[in-house]
Amino acid sequence: MKSLSYLKDYKLQAILAPFFKLLEASFELFIPLVVADIIDNGINNKGGISYIVTRCLLLVLLAVVGLVSSITAQYFAAKTATGASTKLRSALFRKIQSLSFKQIDDIGSATLITRMTSDVTQIQTGINMFLRLLLRSPFIVIGATIMAFYVDVKGALVFAVAVPLLALIVFVVMYITIPMFKSVQNKLDGVLLKTKENVKGVRVIRAFTREEKETKEFNLENERLLKLQSAVSKISSVMNPATFVVINIGIIALIYVGALRVETGVITQGAVVALYNYMSQILVELIKLANLIITETKAIASKHRVDSILTLEEYKKPKGIDKETDGYITFENVSLSYNNNSEYSLKDISFSVNKGETVGIIGGTGSGKTSLINLICGFYEPTEGNIFVNNKNILNFTDDELNSEISVVMQRAAMFRGTIRENIFFGSVNTNEDNIMKALEIAQAKEIIDKKSSGLDESVLEQGKNLSGGQKQRLSIARALARNTPILILDDSFSALDYKTDKSLRTALENDNQNNNQDRTTFIISQRTSTIEHCNKIIVLDEGMIEGIGSHSELLKSCQTYKEIYASCNREVSR
Amino acid sequence: MTSKTIVKRVIKYIGKYRFSFILSLVLTVTATLCSLYIPVLAGEAIDMIAGKGNVDFYRLTPILIVIGVALIVSGVSQYFVNTLNNRISNSTVRDMRNDAFLKIQTVPVSYIDNQETGDIVSRIIADAEQFADGLILGFQNLFSGVVTILGTLVFMLTINLWIGLIVVVLTPLSLFVSRFISRKTYKYFKKQSEQRGRETAFIDEMISNISTVKAYHRENKNQNEFDEINNQLGTDSLKATFFSSITNPGTRFINSLVYAAVGFSGAIFALNGIITVGNLSAFLAYANQYTKPFNDITGVITELQNAIACAGRMLEIIDADSENEAEKELPNNIEGNFDVSDVAFSYDKNRELLKDLSFKLKKGQRLAIVGPTGCGKTTLINLFMRFYDIDKGSILLDGIDINSVTRKSLRKNMGMVLQDTWLRSGTIRDNIAFGNENVTDEEIIAAAKQSHAHSFIKKLKMGYDTPVGEDGNNLSTGQKQLICITRVMLSLPPILILDEATSSIDLVTEQRITRSFMKLMKDRTSFVVAHRLSTIVGSDLILVMKDGRVIESGNHNQLMEANGFYKQLYQSQFNAN
Repeated sequence: MKSLSYLKDYKLQAILAPFFKLLEASFELFIPLVVADIIDNGINNKGGISYIVTRCLLLVLLAVVGLVSSITAQYFAAKTATGASTKLRSALFRKIQSLSFKQIDDIGSATLITRMTSDVTQIQTGINMFLRLLLRSPFIVIGATIMAFYVDVKGALVFAVAVPLLALIVFVVMYITIPMFKSVQNKLDGVLLKTKENVKGVRVIRAFTREEKETKEFNLENERLLKLQSAVSKISSVMNPATFVVINIGIIALIYVGALRVETGVITQGAVVALYNYMSQILVELIKLANLIITETKAIASKHRVDSILTLEEYKKPKGIDKETDGYITFENVSLSYNNNSEYSLKDISFSVNKGETVGIIGGTGSGKTSLINLICGFYEPTEGNIFVNNKNILNFTDDELNSEISVVMQRAAMFRGTIRENIFFGSVNTNEDNIMKALEIAQAKEIIDKKSSGLDESVLEQGKNLSGGQKQRLSIARALARNTPILILDDSFSALDYKTDKSLRTALENDNQNNNQDRTTFIISQRTSTIEHCNKIIVLDEGMIEGIGSHSELLKSCQTYKEIYASCNREVSR
Repeated sequence: MTSKTIVKRVIKYIGKYRFSFILSLVLTVTATLCSLYIPVLAGEAIDMIAGKGNVDFYRLTPILIVIGVALIVSGVSQYFVNTLNNRISNSTVRDMRNDAFLKIQTVPVSYIDNQETGDIVSRIIADAEQFADGLILGFQNLFSGVVTILGTLVFMLTINLWIGLIVVVLTPLSLFVSRFISRKTYKYFKKQSEQRGRETAFIDEMISNISTVKAYHRENKNQNEFDEINNQLGTDSLKATFFSSITNPGTRFINSLVYAAVGFSGAIFALNGIITVGNLSAFLAYANQYTKPFNDITGVITELQNAIACAGRMLEIIDADSENEAEKELPNNIEGNFDVSDVAFSYDKNRELLKDLSFKLKKGQRLAIVGPTGCGKTTLINLFMRFYDIDKGSILLDGIDINSVTRKSLRKNMGMVLQDTWLRSGTIRDNIAFGNENVTDEEIIAAAKQSHAHSFIKKLKMGYDTPVGEDGNNLSTGQKQLICITRVMLSLPPILILDEATSSIDLVTEQRITRSFMKLMKDRTSFVVAHRLSTIVGSDLILVMKDGRVIESGNHNQLMEANGFYKQLYQSQFNAN
């Protein structure tokens, strides 16, 4: 769906706006005729004061009708523009939420935000102005030409030459500048990135005394932006003066041709004034048009940027075959490659997990632990092989179904503006206060609430700025527990906790699993053997492959990698 | 900052381009006067063609030639005015941006800590853009508007005083109309921008945390919340847009009335032979164009107010106080002996934090900082790196007060790895070489081998040339940490500061890195924030922190004997394993 398709819902308004605008313009086109009438019949033929009075009252009447139609037009234009862009923003937000992780990684979140905000605003202004003026201007230009032909055919030939020439100027300038405006916008994105990076990395930049180098690089980027801007202005600045020159040359030609025609008595002096007025009307319109075209070019550039998001292909999950399996969750020769190239993050993974089991996943950095979780959560699909949850191929789950099965706690705990309560209710539909209190207790997060004066209703700032790393982690664990899903995944979620809290949290979780939630299947990813050694099953990963599966004691006997990891943990303790 | 001071500052910035500016002014006057002269000339020309057999070609031709000259001069001047104005505005904004960026590099870290990243970025990017747009529009419309008004007045009054006066008196009516409307619409605009701010904040939050949103299947709820905010924005926006767009028809209506009045009085005057038909035609042309400069100027005034507000927001960054910097440099051959005495520090002057902190650390010794999550361990790092300055007491390095030397010369002696990894966009190589110009590829690879980053880097398709995306998005947290460690391995300063440097790295690799670090630490003074006991137990001095304060200090054995908080921590970890 392209960004302008949302105009469809405002078809009527989008037609009425220019209609009333054109009505107004039509009335304006009569004005030179009335003036010519005043000159020829009122002044030159001594039609008298009463004739002049009635004609001037006609001018006032035209003005009143013009005012009414134009205000009506403005309303419909505003309605169309704001309505369509509201829908566009909503659709864009929906689209962004539906993008796959890879797509978001590729595009970058900074530019997604500018597209949702400033780009859509540009489009809104563009639509509004388009309906109000861009139709009016060509209409006046063409209308004035037609009226000129009505006044005098020979004299009007000047219009027939001038108008196409004007159209050509406008078209050429637009054709050249639109892509240029686009590259200016991209350069600006570059400057934005550099700024953001430097604010975020202030400590590292200063620690490595890179301030001067970074400033130099920024100045260079900024200079490039200026060069591009100057290049665009050199071309876009042509439009106004060029149209001005063409129109006035037209006026010279008009007066000269008019003089010849008046001399032979074909037309009157008033007709020449009328022709001249029509040419002036064209000029006034073109000045407006030229200023507007800049707005429109920007809007079009923005439209392209928004379209490129909207037209991103929504990934359709393929269907898979269901199969009876022994376990609750079964991996069958699963491989995963993020870019569909030869680089595999997971290779030939097969294992099965029973309902109610606690599974530990351990392995080095880049061994594929998070990739495995990404697969279970359905964030990515297996490049090869099959995954079954409850005898159903994971591909056959809708996002909804899968989500209601699984709660995952990410490595980086995300907190949202709002209250602690809202943050824990986040994503939970069927939960209640009791569940939440229980979840907080298990997650060792109750003391956080107890310390706050407003308890659960304590406010959370943007990105959870008023919480420490450990508090955020505990609250995000509580968030997952509160949902009470059959599958719980903890992706290295204890890293910001000190040992004491880590230990109490694990104990509480184990107790809860044994006493209240015997059906809950839990995955714990960790780099410490201590965190997972009590698990029913431990999967040892190395370089994307399974090195061993089994209980702690089995692995100690059979798996070299596990032994190494265990030894390294133990060495640490014994020291 | 008052708008008066902002304007003064902006003028100072523009002052750099005063020659272009004056040239632009002169050309504006030329262009406007030439184009205003054309209706008069056209009127004279029309008078030459009174009727059948009564056309004065002999006098008509020179008039048409003068029109031709006037229009060429005006057209060429207009072109240069446009390009000059663009150039001046964009250059001014470039200068201000550069100054703001430079300021970011010199303000105290606390300044940046206390602001939201998005806010600083939007001041340097969005506000600057708006300011440039406002300036261009201001230059373009303000001067030419004023010149047009004055020029038109002079031309009209010289043709005929009375009709001229009608135009002069009636036209400003349109100003009142537009002022009246814009005052009414101001509140709608304000509402619109507030709502827009709300929406942007929501988008920012949800997009930044999209993985959590998806994992918790918040999309629908989010969409509903978004739509609620968005629909309100739509309503506010409709009101603001519609009411503001009444201005044009309103003023155009006034203009039409003026036009009719001019037509009427002109026709009467012409009927009585006081003015010619050509004069009437010139008047009508002026009456048609006369409202435009008024409208432009009113438009520009709102635009300029906005631009000034934007410039003000940018100037706030430019005017932020830079850190005061000592002149003395730290000598080159630093050994790394620290003598800390009676140090006091707090972020908030009303809330005491660190007090009476004293210790000595000799070359090659290791200081470990331990304590529960969020106890303020990083505060000490802020102080040693001089990201923040101490309030009381002194920190001596090789007998030199670190406050008496430049921060740069101090930091050159420190190698720092933070838990919160930061990578810049660029290649992996760029990121490793960060802070070290002139290093060879061999040196980079050697450092990467020491930090055990080499093995994962070489497996990447483009190896060291692999581009690192925005915020290092395409690397895992552990990999990012390895790259940050490699940076330090490459520069090898005499003092090391490690803040949970290896928290996201697997244990096997961590053990290997720790061995490399241990080798490095042997003859270097080091500050280490860590969970891992192995690093803590062997340290020469351990500071135990809680709630922002140092509550215990000593070596491992002393602290165990003291039987305090440290012992509790130690035992909980031991039991945990």
